[in-house]
Amino acid sequence: MAASELGQFGSGVGQVTGDSAAGTPVLRVRQAALAFSERVLWDGLSLDVLPGEFITVLGANGSGKSSLLKAILGMQQLTSGDIQLCGHPVRKGDRRIGYIPQQRLIPRGTPMRGRDLVSFGVDGHRWGVRIAGRAAARARIAAAIESVGASSFADKPVGLLSGGEQQRLRTAQALVSDPVLLLCDEPLSSLDLHYQQSVANLVSRRCREHGTSVLFVTHDINPVLSCTDRVLYLAAGRHLLGTPNDILRSDVLSQLYQTPVEVARVGDRVVVVGAPEHHEPHHLEVRQ
Amino acid sequence: MILLDADPWWTRILNFDDYGRLLGLVQYSLLAAVILGVVGGVIGVFVMQRDMAFAVHGISELSFAGAAAALLAGGSVVAGSLAGSLVASLAIGLLGAKARDRNSTIGVLMPFGLGLGILFLALYEGRASSKFGLLVGQIISVDGPQLGWLIGVCTLSLGLLLVMWRPLMFDSLDPDVAAARGVPDKVVSLAFMLTLGMVVSVAVQIVGALLVLALVVTPAASALRVSSSPVVVPALAAGFGVLAAVGGILLALGGALPISPYITTISFLTYLVCRGVGSRSRVSAGSSGPVAS
Repeated sequence: MAASELGQFGSGVGQVTGDSAAGTPVLRVRQAALAFSERVLWDGLSLDVLPGEFITVLGANGSGKSSLLKAILGMQQLTSGDIQLCGHPVRKGDRRIGYIPQQRLIPRGTPMRGRDLVSFGVDGHRWGVRIAGRAAARARIAAAIESVGASSFADKPVGLLSGGEQQRLRTAQALVSDPVLLLCDEPLSSLDLHYQQSVANLVSRRCREHGTSVLFVTHDINPVLSCTDRVLYLAAGRHLLGTPNDILRSDVLSQLYQTPVEVARVGDRVVVVGAPEHHEPHHLEVRQ
Repeated sequence: MILLDADPWWTRILNFDDYGRLLGLVQYSLLAAVILGVVGGVIGVFVMQRDMAFAVHGISELSFAGAAAALLAGGSVVAGSLAGSLVASLAIGLLGAKARDRNSTIGVLMPFGLGLGILFLALYEGRASSKFGLLVGQIISVDGPQLGWLIGVCTLSLGLLLVMWRPLMFDSLDPDVAAARGVPDKVVSLAFMLTLGMVVSVAVQIVGALLVLALVVTPAASALRVSSSPVVVPALAAGFGVLAAVGGILLALGGALPISPYITTISFLTYLVCRGVGSRSRVSAGSSGPVAS
């Protein structure tokens, strides 16, 4: 991350309104709350995601990061509030949302090659077998594979590929339907550093070049720090929204967690120390 | 024949006297075997991916109970076995979404089904071969309209599989993303269970309740050893299924033994060959360099 970018401060903690030339927000979350019996995950959450905006969602385990994505996917009912995609309430199975799941290794012996995994993104949800449009589907799949640089291993059984290679294919799978919004649920966890950066770069390039909005859930902001426009930080039923420089500060996070939290910058990396339940080894690793 | 008066034991296992005439008698059984081979092989691929081999066994025991009840009541054995199968697959589908719940449900259902079946058979006073047939197979003794039913049920399940092909494949191979992409996972898995129930009820008629896995799991397991393509694996599994079912009937025809040992042996040999081929190709793939990271 360049020093000049580090120096830029945003317009302050809070909502960036979408009345500019950037147009109407792709995603609009209004006063959303989610609670499981007593436990409030988040409350009064409002968020407008503009076209081409990259929002990184941070927070401890169990702070409701994944649940937020599930709510946007229409798989999780909100306790109150509403979520709209392009002006309409979200529904299950919307083709305009791409989804990259947490990296979970696909076992050996799974009858699926890289190409097949990507093809699910085209028409895996449709009934029947693929009859019409085979050539068009093949071309789209090949283009998506090419765009993530996976052509060399796309015909190997997925179960024999490394975690990083599988995750590249998953990125292609999410992008092949040309989504306006890309939801990434900790896609980097358990990848080695090299692959973390390469998958993060794929997503941020898509964001920049195609104007695809991104909601990127992660434990560790560092791989996506340079492309993050805003951070949504969830903690203990509260949340903060703002630029990385506004949010990732000792005083701001200490107030959010209501306990002393130290944010340090080591080289060009951000390290958060002392956040409750934040047993994330990535933050403590010595890097290069 | 030279050895006719000696009547050695192997003529009971393999005997091709009067083969042409016998073949004419079983042509519809062969047709049923072809269709069951195809659908059993294909559905087996999903059974493997969804980790449901145990469920297949559980369903087949309840299918056996249903068939035995029908036998006792003088009803259609095919209908009884189908009813038992559907009840079991519905119960497993509804009660056990997670693998652990499912296995305990099956573990509870299976002995109950088998016990019921044995009770009904004990009460039944008809031909003993009908009793034995339900456990170890009897296709050649199934005839006429009953056989028509078997063929119909098999064809219907094949049709259902084709209708739900893509979402079922998606849900079986990549469930998290499938759910996120709006695949109706509950509908798909229940439809799959019912289809599986239908296939199992037919397989029970042909190889018997105890040996259903030879037609529903082994062909797919063999195919998975030699290919990773979601097109080639079901196609190969269907081929292996037909080989076992039809080959079993053809070999069993002249002998005096039940059909199932022939089917299970062919099935098992296919698996051994595929394992050998698979490990050899994996070794050569490995020497050309594993996937770099």
